[in-house]
Amino acid sequence: MADDHDAPEPAIVVEGLANRFGDFSVHEGLDLTVRRGEILGVVGGSGSGKSVLMRSIIGLQRPSEGRIEVLGETIRDSDPDNIYGVRSRWGVLFQGGALFSTLTVGENVEVPLKKFYPDLDARLRAEIARYKVILSGLPESAVAKFPSELSGGMKKRAGLARALSLDPELLFLDEPTAGLDPIGAAKFDRLTRELKETLGLTVFLITHDLDTLYEICDRVAVIADKKIIAVGTIPELIATGHPWIEEYFNGPRGRAAQASHDRNQAQSGTAQTTGASAGKGG
Amino acid sequence: MENAAQYSLEDGSQHGEAQGPRLVLSGTLTLAAIAPFERALRGVTGPIAVIDLAQVDEMDTVGAWVVCRLAREHDAEITGASEAAERLLGAVRGIDAGSGIRAPRLPVFKRVPVELGEKVFAARSGLYGVVGFFGQILIGGASLIRHPSRFPGRALVHQMELVGVTALPIIGLMSFLIGIVIAQQGSVQLQQFGAESLTVNLVGRITLRELGVLMTAIMVAGRSGSAFAAQLGTMKLTEEIDAMRTIGISPIEVLVIPRILAATFMMVLLGFYASVMAIVGGAVVGDLTLGIPFWTFLERIHDVVPEYDLWVGLIKAPVFGLIVALAGCYNGLQVRGNSEEVGRRTTMAVVSAIFAVIVIDAFFAVFFTEIGWG
Repeated sequence: MADDHDAPEPAIVVEGLANRFGDFSVHEGLDLTVRRGEILGVVGGSGSGKSVLMRSIIGLQRPSEGRIEVLGETIRDSDPDNIYGVRSRWGVLFQGGALFSTLTVGENVEVPLKKFYPDLDARLRAEIARYKVILSGLPESAVAKFPSELSGGMKKRAGLARALSLDPELLFLDEPTAGLDPIGAAKFDRLTRELKETLGLTVFLITHDLDTLYEICDRVAVIADKKIIAVGTIPELIATGHPWIEEYFNGPRGRAAQASHDRNQAQSGTAQTTGASAGKGG
Repeated sequence: MENAAQYSLEDGSQHGEAQGPRLVLSGTLTLAAIAPFERALRGVTGPIAVIDLAQVDEMDTVGAWVVCRLAREHDAEITGASEAAERLLGAVRGIDAGSGIRAPRLPVFKRVPVELGEKVFAARSGLYGVVGFFGQILIGGASLIRHPSRFPGRALVHQMELVGVTALPIIGLMSFLIGIVIAQQGSVQLQQFGAESLTVNLVGRITLRELGVLMTAIMVAGRSGSAFAAQLGTMKLTEEIDAMRTIGISPIEVLVIPRILAATFMMVLLGFYASVMAIVGGAVVGDLTLGIPFWTFLERIHDVVPEYDLWVGLIKAPVFGLIVALAGCYNGLQVRGNSEEVGRRTTMAVVSAIFAVIVIDAFFAVFFTEIGWG
């Protein structure tokens, strides 16, 4: 692998992040580290600044203070070419899919390929776009459809295909299962996990979905009081005894999600996948 | 720097058992490096029995896709893949190259008639729709008359302010300038006949009969008709209108009727106001360039403009206002699906309103001339 250093450098490092809008501050002194190859779930109450955190990390929101490093590049004061370089190494799935409405699904997936690899043969580019769409779990017939012809869940999958079009190392997902039916949400979770294992992705996942947290997240970060109050596996988080975390995971929904997770574990009989061996090696 | 992707073709004899020709790939098979390699690979002809990946350093799904495609084209076997590479190959193996990713398009000679036909049908159903919508408004109006307590008075006043009062500066300025242009251009032509004193007739009659009301209708269509369509369209998208229906509030009564009444009534006032401002503009030109004093110009208007010219304008104005508001509200309520539709319907509201206003104005011109108000 190209990035084989002695100590694997973390995918995302956020230090002392502060975001203020006028007198109102969303983050104060927020620290977070995302390790390579993990799925990190980010949870927090509504309005706690999960999306603002993601927007800061991907450079859409200039923070008031703090240092953000993604894949070894400093985002905030980095020179534009470097940010440009990082952009081809991450993929972002916005909440509603954010597909370009005048392009078909396949053409949507082609956009980043055209932008970053203009010398790619047009036929190969179309083929890549097509297999990405199918890898994202959409039927073949969806490739030449326009976003307006798709359901909400299909739009999310199409958005995922676009996020994956450059074979990124890092994937940002903003509430990927919100608004999906439970079957669709479970499928999406499985897809995320599979992609992570196959492609060796690091995933930064904002979610409210407790099932998602239990099923696919390696670690969970909790935002409250304008900072990350805890990061760890769910048992570790519960052990901290923080009242909000307690309420979040031990509420009726949290318990139901855990019960279903335990049931799934018992059924499959296999231990949780390690995910450590996932990589791009050839 | 990573190794560039390379290939070499071996005949396979040196590997003991004869497997046939063997394509050995090496280097980096990733998206960033694949473009030149893929072009070069197309030069490989002849049979390949085995594709050897043992010397590949790095691969992503794009590399896997290219390898898979090559293997399928040559019916070759893939060997030497590492565990991770095997997983990538597995992910893309089942997918065929398939057809394109563009939306299917008919050839031009078919597409043009198809679109024409669709337009004709759309025009027909649009006409039905507008007539039906007008009917709904009449029913809504009738039920408001039976239950006057439900009358949305506040909404009506608010809309009158938006359509009428806030439009005063722009419509006043526009009409004033139009009056200036007509007086100035008209006097130049009339001077050739030594008839520049007829400029008063020209300005007075054309603004009261035609231009005052027509230009105001166009301005109201652009200002308020578009706003109606965009507001109602957005409310449709955010399901506000459905929410009203479930609570038992008729959107026609609460949203559409105040807008229609406001536009219809305010058009009368705005049309008259526009004519007055245009005459004032003409009088200013008369004072400055034609040597007709300002007040004399206005007194002459009184003498040369027949009273029915004023009525022609005032009769047309509410009709135009009704058309503009109908087009705006109808198109707004037709919004379905996505936000793109709001923009499309808003444009349609303005264009169809202006078009209808001009068509009906032509009918009015003929009608009033026929009844002797020429």
